[in-house]
Amino acid sequence: MKKLLLSTAAALTAMTGAALADAHSVSACLITKTDTNPFFVKMREGAAAKAEELGISLNSYAGQVDGDNEAQVAAIETCIANGASGILLTASDTAAIVPSVEQAREAGLLVIALDTPLEPIDAADATFATDNFLAGELIGQWAAATMGDDAANAKIAMLDLAISQPTVGVLRDQGFLTGFGIDTKDPGRWGDEDDPRIICNEVTAGNEEGGRTAMENCLAVDPDINVVYTINEPAAAGAYEALAAVGRENDVLIVSVDGGCPGVQNVADGVIGATSQQYPLLMASLGIEAIAQYAKDGTLPANTEGKDFLDTGVSLVTDKPADGVDSISVAEGTDRCWG
Amino acid sequence: MADTQDYETVVKAPAAEEVAHFEDDHKGLLGKVQHALHVNPALVPLIILVVATSLFGILIGQRFFSAGTLTLILQQVQIVGVLAAAQTLVILTAGIDLSVGAVAVLCTVIMGQFTFRYGLPAELSLLIGLAFGAVIGAISGFLVSRVKIPPFIVTLGMWQIVLASTYLFSRNETLRSSQLREEAQTLLFLGNKVSIGGANFTFGVILMILIVVGLAYALRSTAWGRHVYAVGDDPEAAQLAGVNVHRTLMSVYILAGLICAVAGWVMIGRFSSVSPSASTGVIGNIQAITAVVIGGISLFGGRGSIYGAFFGALIVGVFEMGLRMQGADPQWTFMLIGMLIIAAVAVDQWIRKVSA
Repeated sequence: MKKLLLSTAAALTAMTGAALADAHSVSACLITKTDTNPFFVKMREGAAAKAEELGISLNSYAGQVDGDNEAQVAAIETCIANGASGILLTASDTAAIVPSVEQAREAGLLVIALDTPLEPIDAADATFATDNFLAGELIGQWAAATMGDDAANAKIAMLDLAISQPTVGVLRDQGFLTGFGIDTKDPGRWGDEDDPRIICNEVTAGNEEGGRTAMENCLAVDPDINVVYTINEPAAAGAYEALAAVGRENDVLIVSVDGGCPGVQNVADGVIGATSQQYPLLMASLGIEAIAQYAKDGTLPANTEGKDFLDTGVSLVTDKPADGVDSISVAEGTDRCWG
Repeated sequence: MADTQDYETVVKAPAAEEVAHFEDDHKGLLGKVQHALHVNPALVPLIILVVATSLFGILIGQRFFSAGTLTLILQQVQIVGVLAAAQTLVILTAGIDLSVGAVAVLCTVIMGQFTFRYGLPAELSLLIGLAFGAVIGAISGFLVSRVKIPPFIVTLGMWQIVLASTYLFSRNETLRSSQLREEAQTLLFLGNKVSIGGANFTFGVILMILIVVGLAYALRSTAWGRHVYAVGDDPEAAQLAGVNVHRTLMSVYILAGLICAVAGWVMIGRFSSVSPSASTGVIGNIQAITAVVIGGISLFGGRGSIYGAFFGALIVGVFEMGLRMQGADPQWTFMLIGMLIIAAVAVDQWIRKVSA
């Protein structure tokens, strides 16, 4: 019995020692909105692979539901207490998370916003993101070029993200309208446009169910809608179902943003006309590299020239290229897709 | 006056003769444990709390077992802790309140928007926010006690009504920390902290502890508190014994609403911002019920201690922090908490056999 106690005590001491030693090596945190969305799953994979390559320990956290600010605050606090060197964060509430981010930065952690810029954008040390405005602009240009002269009489359904108007949703929406040639009024808000070609603005929560309901609502307003902008591919898939239910799936142009594998497959199948592909895996792996660099010599990551964030790139994926709009083929898009 | 009848002699005489006798059937160690748990319902959660804290302390070491981290857990549970106090009151009357989190979020929005949109002094907005919580509680209480709608239904409806009001009234604006710091220090008051060594106690944490201790005293040692238990145990018996059931229920729901509003104030202090889409509005009720159930408070009413709910909230906080520090997938936390809930109620059923 005595022996057992002694060995237990020894083991415990060893474990505690190991835990303490751990705190001195470089560690990083990845905090995503949820851990179920394939976009974030891919982000986590990218971060984990890079962290292993560089010998960094990585802890991943996520909210329970999209918009879960509280869980993200708790995660940031844990990272500070854990002595991490840096945090990669896709914020659920871009304004409300700022005080916690300040706390982390004061404690000497590098905070990089991934995919979603904070409000204000300089609340984080750096932002690694898709140029969401450009992503929207590409599909807008493509839709306008594909329709040709009919674009002047288009009937457009705008299927947005959420009524709280998160920046990602606003940028994509306003980018699309700009690309299509519609005056956006205030580029910081969607829904304030007065162009008669816009039939409706509905929110989808970025999923199939929301996309379908939103599309049904829009069709109730005007059954002759012929262009559908969607915030992401799941919403696009839902919109397609609603159109198919009234037999209109073949004469409506659906465009989207994301470039997830099911989405690209939907482009191949003709469900979606074109989608702007973004690269979450790259965001996360670049983020881990930046944290490693920062832990080594304190270097802060630099922005892309002419932008207030590091642009991780975006490509238009379609098998029906339009004149004057750069795009890659579905085959190429499939090679680079995520999820 | 002579005693012609001897009804009272047996009472007056020192208890030479036993008036009533309870068989001591707590035989063996298990029986004794069962009895101890029956007398102190907060004992089980306290033991789990101590064991869980020690376990994570051993596994993670000093990063976890430090004053800074342990008090951080208190900060992380302060909102749920306060909500659980409100929830305990309602559950002790054999009710349930699904609207606690939503009421808290609505009150944060009222406190914030009255200050910024209507330009009222922050102190006044704070009072209006607190009053609003009490009013919502009063409406729920009236519907439960007078209109006789089951509490589950009343608060299910109220939850949705309050959530929708929050979005409509706030126009979905988040008030940022920079705004609040400049013009509404009062709202941020509970975010201030006292540091002793490495331990940080925010005023919100201190307030949570005061609320729990205050309610524990009121429930144990005042007539009102005993009435709450009596109404929860058996409202008809309580009525016959002269308890004003309606007034007791009203007081419980109003107080619960007020405490939820306080939780809102605690929220503003903790997050330094006012966000109408705060997830507490959607999952705060479930978190509070979880804390109460793990705390060994009977959902059938009339039994349990508010300290149990407090320990319940802390248990969840310790598990979440510990597993996060270990880098475990967050789903494991939810799974463990799910098991704890079922285990807690199983223990409750076992303890109840003592009284059966």
